[in-house]
Amino acid sequence: MAVPTPPPTATSCPAPAAPARFPVQPLLHLDALWIQVAGTLCNLACTHCFISCGPGDERHALMGRAEVRARVAEALALGVKEFYFTGGEPFLHPEMEEILEDTLAHGPCTVLTNGTLFTRHRIAELRCVGDGARYSLELRVSLDGLGAAEHDRFRGAGSFARTIEGLRALEEGGLLPIVTLTRTTDEDPLASTKRALEALRALGLTRPRVKTLPLFQLGRESRRTRGYAATETLAGLSCGCFDPTRLQCGSCRAVTARGVYVCPLLVEEPGGRMGDRLAEALGPFELEHGACYTCWVTGMTCANG
Amino acid sequence: MRLALLGGVYSNHHALAATLADLARRGADAALCLGDLGGFGPHPDRSVELLRDAGIPMLRGNYDDSVGHDRGDCACGYTDPRDQHFAQVSYDYTAARTSPDHKAWMRALPEQQRFEVAGRRVLLCHGSPRRVNEFLWDSACSDAFLEWLCDAHAADLIACAHTGIHWHRALPSGRHVVNAGAIGRPANDGRTDVWYALLELDGAVRVGFVPVAYDHEALAREMEAEQLPPEFVETIRTGWWTTCLENLPARERSRGRY
Repeated sequence: MAVPTPPPTATSCPAPAAPARFPVQPLLHLDALWIQVAGTLCNLACTHCFISCGPGDERHALMGRAEVRARVAEALALGVKEFYFTGGEPFLHPEMEEILEDTLAHGPCTVLTNGTLFTRHRIAELRCVGDGARYSLELRVSLDGLGAAEHDRFRGAGSFARTIEGLRALEEGGLLPIVTLTRTTDEDPLASTKRALEALRALGLTRPRVKTLPLFQLGRESRRTRGYAATETLAGLSCGCFDPTRLQCGSCRAVTARGVYVCPLLVEEPGGRMGDRLAEALGPFELEHGACYTCWVTGMTCANG
Repeated sequence: MRLALLGGVYSNHHALAATLADLARRGADAALCLGDLGGFGPHPDRSVELLRDAGIPMLRGNYDDSVGHDRGDCACGYTDPRDQHFAQVSYDYTAARTSPDHKAWMRALPEQQRFEVAGRRVLLCHGSPRRVNEFLWDSACSDAFLEWLCDAHAADLIACAHTGIHWHRALPSGRHVVNAGAIGRPANDGRTDVWYALLELDGAVRVGFVPVAYDHEALAREMEAEQLPPEFVETIRTGWWTTCLENLPARERSRGRY
């Protein structure tokens, strides 16, 4: 936070420059509500997970079906456009299909999954839920590399094979998953998407859809490699450079069992929590986090578009 | 009042001529084009001239804005390299063949239009009331969001286009959102027809979508003669989209072939 500078006196040295201020992001409209339905519970413990999820991790608990319904109702009252379900791994939630059915009655839903838990039965259920809904059901499956060696380095031995099997089963089941590829190199996003599309076709997917995301130096990734450097900051970014439509925190909020957060990335960061209810969390947000810098520089959004 | 709304023309002058003839037969009190004259098809000036000669008012779509200002791309914001490649081919072809006079005309077009009919506030736009290149897909917009758009933009009926697939939503509040689709490209439904919207605005709002058959084979041959990508020609001959697929939500994408 900026500290007010006392007025200079005739005898003092020139006052030190005030600490650089961070740009402040207004919420322009709640387009997307992120629902961390599985909390921090995951069947994998990826070495780059930005919220350090894993088996048995209940820092953020599973959200109950009634709790999700209440959050959805809060967001609908604010004119929300779409819902995203994340975790942890949403398909560990024992009521995930019912929660999707409830929510799809009110708006489009996207589920972010590691793709390792798709049985034929579950895919048939999801197909049924999706076909019966007024709105689109999107499934987004995470990949961290286009081969087992690269991907399993982050996600554990055997996970690449299981995820690819899950992707093939989703496509065969008539669901068209979006593959979310973490860019673990400095490759240009367009080139990285091109390479991913080619690789996924070679792996047997006929209609691959790809979204790429940058790495965030948060959670376990900050221990695997490094945290944010002091220079990776938006402090001092002048008002003239700031475009309030560029960042997703201008159009989203995230909810977990512990409250309302500015975005799905900052649920474990001090200052990321904005209140107990959505109506309390509609104010501006000071972009003081290293992750804000990544979003700004890359222009990324966690949303599909 | 009977209002005809035409979505993107995408340089399909054959479909535009057929649509104008269809409109003349059916009769409408007013007709408007919701933007995007160029892109995709051949000889962009032919569509501009047809529309200007017919005296149909037109909004400035993202394509008209980009071509009019020579902005360098269509501003659809593709991140899929294949979509981006074809979008650029299409933009470069169109921008190079649109006359300076038509570009100046495009620059001066309004982005939105408002009027009132039978006590209803009607707002016409290209993408959405808040952004010219926002895609409003039927399966990706909750009722709550569309109600908010109507509130935020003081409208009882919003009409848009930009996506290329037509739809209509009667909202719980009694307000309406209409996406007029496109008259320059089939609706990714396996039919070669194109579609426009016909609205009856007296008393109850009635929204219909009219399919228009046209000489799509003549267009396809012209596109081939102009060496436009075979992928574009395939769409004209089959009714299935082959490009610009990235932004389609799962529902709309799974209905198509690609």
